Amino acid sequence: MTLLEVSLALATDEPAGLLPAREQMALSLGWHIVLACFGVALPTMIFVFHWRGLYRDDAVALGLAKRWGKVSAVLFAIGAVSGTVLSFEMGLLWPGLMGTFGDVIGLPFAFEGLSFFIEAIFLGIYLYGWGRIPPKRHLLMLIPMGFSGIAGTFFILSVNAWMNDPTGFRIVGGEVVDINPWAAMFNDQVWLQFLHMWVAAFMVVGFVMASVYAVGILRGRDDSHHRLGFKVPFAFASVAAVAQPLVGHVLGLRVAATQPAKLAAFELAAETESPSPLRIGGLLIDGEVRYNFDIPYLGSIIARNSFTKPVQGLDTIPLEDQPPINIVHLAFQGMVGIGTLLALAAVAYWLMRWRGRDLLERRWWLRFVALAGPLAVVALELGWIATEVGRQPWVVYGVMRTTEAAGENSGLWWLLGATVVVYGAMTAGAVVVLRSMAHRWRSGEEDLPSPYGPHLADVERAPR
Amino acid sequence: MTLALVVAAAMFVGILAYALFGGADFGSGFYDLTAGGSRGGAALRTQIDHSIGPVWEANHVWLVYVLVIWWTAFPTAFAATMNTLIIPMLLALLGIVLRGASFVFRKYAATLAQARVFGIVFAGSSLITPFFLGAVVGAIASGRVPIEGRGDLIGSWVTPTSIIGGVVAVGTCSFLAGVFLVADAARAGSVDLEHRLRRTTIGVGVATGMIVLGALVPLRDDAPTLVEGLQGRAAPLVVVSALAGLGTLLLLGGRRYAAARVTAVVAVAAVVAGWGVGQYPWMLVDELRIEEAAGASATLEALLVVVGLAGVLVLPSLAYLYRLTQTEPWAHSSH
Ligand code: HDD
Ligand code: HEM
Ligand code: HEM
Repeated sequence: MTLLEVSLALATDEPAGLLPAREQMALSLGWHIVLACFGVALPTMIFVFHWRGLYRDDAVALGLAKRWGKVSAVLFAIGAVSGTVLSFEMGLLWPGLMGTFGDVIGLPFAFEGLSFFIEAIFLGIYLYGWGRIPPKRHLLMLIPMGFSGIAGTFFILSVNAWMNDPTGFRIVGGEVVDINPWAAMFNDQVWLQFLHMWVAAFMVVGFVMASVYAVGILRGRDDSHHRLGFKVPFAFASVAAVAQPLVGHVLGLRVAATQPAKLAAFELAAETESPSPLRIGGLLIDGEVRYNFDIPYLGSIIARNSFTKPVQGLDTIPLEDQPPINIVHLAFQGMVGIGTLLALAAVAYWLMRWRGRDLLERRWWLRFVALAGPLAVVALELGWIATEVGRQPWVVYGVMRTTEAAGENSGLWWLLGATVVVYGAMTAGAVVVLRSMAHRWRSGEEDLPSPYGPHLADVERAPR
Repeated sequence: MTLALVVAAAMFVGILAYALFGGADFGSGFYDLTAGGSRGGAALRTQIDHSIGPVWEANHVWLVYVLVIWWTAFPTAFAATMNTLIIPMLLALLGIVLRGASFVFRKYAATLAQARVFGIVFAGSSLITPFFLGAVVGAIASGRVPIEGRGDLIGSWVTPTSIIGGVVAVGTCSFLAGVFLVADAARAGSVDLEHRLRRTTIGVGVATGMIVLGALVPLRDDAPTLVEGLQGRAAPLVVVSALAGLGTLLLLGGRRYAAARVTAVVAVAAVVAGWGVGQYPWMLVDELRIEEAAGASATLEALLVVVGLAGVLVLPSLAYLYRLTQTEPWAHSSH
């Protein structure tokens, strides 16, 4: 079932603006989040290359820093515009949410704006600073970029964590009172969610970059440039991949405490079993679990850190408070599956290296790494689907239902259609431009011409 | 001054900054569009890329800053505006998305043909955004955003005030951009370019100035509250704007570009400030006052912390960026 079908199935006496708003949100956030990862992790990676180039006098590393700097110019620009779309959308799509809780949860958005300022300013300085400011100072410009990307992640996740675990206000007679925006921002869930997302960003960027060079080596371009381009991001991704299951596990413990319906959907726990098994695969069909593979005890151990504590079953939760079970379950398991695979792969690579064998000589390994980047992106998307769909039917957990947040605007379908077209075109544009950049680099041209095609000199030389 | 007013003022500073700096970036689209064929326009387009390349993303964040403060501090006003003015808002947003994306795409495009496509999108979309944001301002200033229910989706902004707002926004953005570009071209020693830009900019300035002054007549019927403010409290600003605009034209004629940049900024800032002062104390003219629109005071106080931090962290960084772009090594487009 696609998301659309599921949402359609849910769509009984809903406001006209709900379904298009959902699709719009999923599309625009699912798109933005991939670019956001680059905003978070790419400055750090470039820093390592650039630092090595400068302080170890390594021309290859310096070249990598320059190239990825140019890639980041493209990615950050479309990241910035897609983020702006989101700032408009929160008010547009969810008038009930922003009208009611805008002053509860606006503060982290404001801090986020601050972080983007710093990021955009130093990005401009860094990109245009090559050869224009003293080299050592130029390198330092990456530091505020890196930190502001991290800060931005924290603030935006604080909004999402608040929707999962709302605090910082009271509701008295239908009115929101006693608003404390600081308490809302530093809710109990934010630190873990932030940590998980931050690590995810390093996995995504690290594996994607490593993929690029794995493909290059596979195609016979096995040189120091490709080796270094593989090694640095892969090292970052490895640390992140090993940490991620641990962080995710602790995050899952919180879900057990705060959102039992979501956990039941994650674990496909139709009824409360003590101890609970770990259920792999499976679908809930007409209230029964099918096609599953159970490992006894492991569910309790993983989800509750105990040999006996059960995962609370769906049978204890009223139907109108349950999320769409199968989507949430499959998305969650997909994420965990990919996460486990990537963590094992990272450990395996470094173990082999330690034993003196370099897997980079193996084609099957290179092929696997070529897939690892896309897999990490898939895990990221699945994780968000699990979180967001798993929170349903609530937009603010336990406080406001999603139907109350949506408006009556059926014109939003037009917006969705336009968004699909514009984002499609933007994706195509980015792919074309990035590919042609790589192509030109391969043919030995380092400086890309600006700004509208051929170098000025070429234009003047061109036949009249 | 009340807390709500302080926050509204902080938000207005953001609007001013976006109008000036973001506006100049958008305005350069006008020159790009009118630069001519690929060969003839090459020098100008290179200059545009060079001038706005390092700064456009930072300048763009002012808009994010304004939106965020708006919906956090004045949630009902924001919701009402979005509700009625959804169409011009979305069209402005479309311009923002296309402008930003096609600007970088063009810079790194593979072939001239590709670059041309991206270039046309860049230049065209640069004009869309100021026009529709100007139309939004016009709708708010002429009292067309109701607080209860939804105003006419089209009729609220297809009005004399909104059209004038849009045209004036495009004109002032182009004028500002022209003044900045002339100065940059002169500094880079491109004499031809300098002459060309100077001529166009003076033309744009004269046209915009005439529209701004002529606009007062139709506005009197269409936006009485605003006009009352403009002729009363905001009158000094209107005068300052006219004088500074005139001064800019003279300075351009005399090739005093550094000074012209200052007067151009003053002229445009005075127009924008005139609007703000003119419609005070309304947040949505004739519908909602700033005080009534304000959200929880704990939130307003917290926002002031953010504003203060912005003053400490963002302003010095921005100053550093702008100063760098004005130094000798940055003047030449060897990039
Ligand atoms: C590269 C991406 C990636 C990988 C490999 C993993 N995750 Fe994840 N996960 C995310 C990316 C992600 C995410 C997209 O970033 C989410 C969505 C919301 C959030 O905070 O993080 C998420 C959410 C999320 C949640 C839901 C939190 C909530 O709903 O409040 C749990 C319980 C886990 N993850 C647990 C895990 C476990 C046990 C993993 C073991 C391997 C794992 N994740 C790997
Ligand atoms: C921190 C950032 C995010 C915020 C503030 C946020 C906010 C929201 C809001 C307000 C809704 C609508 C109400 C609802 O349906 O519950 C929603 C739904 C949704 N979001 Fe997010 N979201 C965030 C991140 C993401 C990301 C990165 C994705 C990527 C895939 C995503 C996917 C979805 C989906 C699929 C829905 C629809 C759920 C459904 O209605 O079944 N979200 N989100
Ligand atoms: C988990 C979710 C999100 C993360 C981790 C995230 C992170 C980031 C990062 C790191 C950037 C700057 C880097 C770049 O330009 O590519 C960015 C850009 C942006 N994001 Fe997001 N974001 C998320 C969701 C959102 C949401 C829900 C909104 C708004 C409601 C939003 C608004 C923006 C804006 C306005 C920008 C552009 C700022 C600029 O001009 O540089 N983001 N995001």
